[in-house]
Amino acid sequence: MNLSRRTLLKAGLGALAVPAVAACNNGAAARGDGEIIYWLWDSAQLPMYTECAKVFHEQNPQYTVKIEQYGWNDYWSKLVTGFISDTAPDVFTGHSSKYPLFADKGQVLPIDDYVAKDNVDLSIYQKGLADRWIGADGKRYGLPKDWDTEVYFYNSALTEAAGISTEQLNSMTWNPKDGGTFEQIVQRLTVDSKGRRGDQPGFDKSNVKVYGLGYADAGGGDGQTSWSWYAASNGWKYSEGEPWGTKFFYGDPKFTETIGWWRGLITKGYMPTYAQAKSGVDVTTSFGAGKYAITPNGSWMLGTYGELKQVKTKLARLPIGPVGKRMSMMNGLADTIWAGTTRRDASWAWVKFLGSQTAQDIVAKAGVVFPAVAASMPAAKAAFAKSGWDVTPFLEPVEAGDVFPYPANPNAADVTAVMTPAMDAVMSFEAEPGSLAKANRDVNKILSANA
Amino acid sequence: MTTTNAPPTRKRSHGDSAAPPRKRRNLGDLKVAMIFIAPATLGFVVFYIWPTLRGAYLSFTEYSLLSAPKFNGLANYERMVQDSFFWNALGVTVEYVVINIGVQTVLAVGIAMLMYRLTKSITVRAVILAPYLVANVVVALVWYWMLDVQVGVVQTFLGWVGIDPVAFFGDSHWAIPTVAGINVWRHMGYTALLVFAGLQTIPKYVYEAAEVDGSTEWKTFWRITLPLLRPVLVMVLVVTMIGSFQIFDTVAVTTQGGPINATRVIYYYIYERAFTRFDFGYASAMALVLFAILAVVSLLQLRLLRAKESDLA
Repeated sequence: MNLSRRTLLKAGLGALAVPAVAACNNGAAARGDGEIIYWLWDSAQLPMYTECAKVFHEQNPQYTVKIEQYGWNDYWSKLVTGFISDTAPDVFTGHSSKYPLFADKGQVLPIDDYVAKDNVDLSIYQKGLADRWIGADGKRYGLPKDWDTEVYFYNSALTEAAGISTEQLNSMTWNPKDGGTFEQIVQRLTVDSKGRRGDQPGFDKSNVKVYGLGYADAGGGDGQTSWSWYAASNGWKYSEGEPWGTKFFYGDPKFTETIGWWRGLITKGYMPTYAQAKSGVDVTTSFGAGKYAITPNGSWMLGTYGELKQVKTKLARLPIGPVGKRMSMMNGLADTIWAGTTRRDASWAWVKFLGSQTAQDIVAKAGVVFPAVAASMPAAKAAFAKSGWDVTPFLEPVEAGDVFPYPANPNAADVTAVMTPAMDAVMSFEAEPGSLAKANRDVNKILSANA
Repeated sequence: MTTTNAPPTRKRSHGDSAAPPRKRRNLGDLKVAMIFIAPATLGFVVFYIWPTLRGAYLSFTEYSLLSAPKFNGLANYERMVQDSFFWNALGVTVEYVVINIGVQTVLAVGIAMLMYRLTKSITVRAVILAPYLVANVVVALVWYWMLDVQVGVVQTFLGWVGIDPVAFFGDSHWAIPTVAGINVWRHMGYTALLVFAGLQTIPKYVYEAAEVDGSTEWKTFWRITLPLLRPVLVMVLVVTMIGSFQIFDTVAVTTQGGPINATRVIYYYIYERAFTRFDFGYASAMALVLFAILAVVSLLQLRLLRAKESDLA
């Protein structure tokens, strides 16, 4: 008994020591001067970046890049522990919801000097993208690598069965009063268990087989893939002085009437109840099982939708809202340098390379994301066309300039902690849209306390 | 233990002459003992004592992980009293523990009794233990899929018996019972085995006596089995309850605190505060309060249920 316990303990201590030692090796001392570590979270992009690292090494033989990939959830906690223990990667993929806090805490390196010294041409990127990486303090923290917008992904077998044409789907209008032609289409696409459509007499809204519109969640504070384009095309904006909001407007009638209309689709039976929506594994799985006719989503989900073999998925434009145009959120990723790196020059060389057309052409050809460099876009479009996607609806708002940024904020996590339960409560009819005014006050209190 | 190895001599068992060699002998053991417990002590100090002390210190600071901790006295504790999320988290956790431990203990005792009375088969024991061998996260994910309101297989079964789909994870009233149920499913076999081991310590003669006296099965269970099982049952209760208070992974992979705040259990809230909101000082303060609660609950259980005494004596 004693013996086995001791052995166990030794083995346990040994096992604990191994990753500790391994973690130390991740540190700067053990590596060659030209070797940098780069992190990303999307496994689908690993092959392209491995390819980029190869080309980078050929162009700069003095530098090598070691790529490590961790899933989205592990990624951020690992990164933060890396910051604290001085073992963070030299360069890592950043997200606009996360980097403002890191910048605020001095963990990411401003690259203004490098950009000026090497005369980096920032006009090669899609309009407005490079500026997303200028923090609240006016310093630049990254070079953009890709971007995303939102559209409707629809099940074409269901729209054909409903007699709705591609033209109709691509010329939808929306308003918060009656939902416009968008709501009519969603209504028609909803089918109850007896096969009656939402616009047919006798439609039984408590026994719906196919919902016209699906949604993943209540959207929290950003509503990126749930309500952001309705609110924006209703003339609403997140905050004063976007994107570095100091005062938010979640209590604005333009916002609350949008949310009121949106959750009204649940009452009408065109959208599942919040409980049902949240009880699903995820919205794409339900869409793939033919339970939803339309689901809004971001361009990064193209690969996932492409893998749904039971349904034929096509893309439709967002609706034209009261402001007279279509609006989409445009967000993107960038490569950022850890402030604690001992290999600043090598890190910058890699960031600069990833931001160049050479690297982005490699990324574009894989057809996984949209490259940030405008000239690389045709290659990406062709790659997506090869896998059967006409990605025009994603590009149009960008070309027209009708896009708005992700509501970035150094206190994003605290804002989310208030807005997620508040939106959940409204969507599950446990609170009225008017209650968002109180949530808005809480959000503004957090911002003024941390200002 | 070691002293019994030496045959007692008259000389040693009487008077002062016995004392000095014994003392020396004990000290000699101490050296060896130190060597043997050193690895364990090192692990205990490095991985338990030190983090606990540091956590206690951090609970009196404002610490955002990315900049040095700043001492702020009792501010975190004051905040906690006013934080409605904290009280909600405690309430949700207690609801979870009551459902989880209540159902699990009753089922475990039931299963253990069945095993004890009906079969001693190793295969049956292995099957009963099987869910416990699957990783928590995997269990949670598989159940999440099976309970999916749109495509879950459980909903199909419910449909056969005429029950409408139930939004197990999405409905705020169902979420905690669902999470508790999943963990009951995973842990009841293991708990049953512990109880089963306890049952085997009850001497056969008490049952024989009961039978002679004409006791019914039901009466035997309440009057003999349960009272004699009490010390084991208390141990099982204390251990499972501490584990139950620390519910985290099932919530983290399924509801993540939602819908609304229905499953934001205390551990998940601590984690959120510490690692997504970088409010490490406040999170440490909550962890310390949880530690105190668990210590008090465990002590109360041990005291009230007289864990040290057995009715056999």
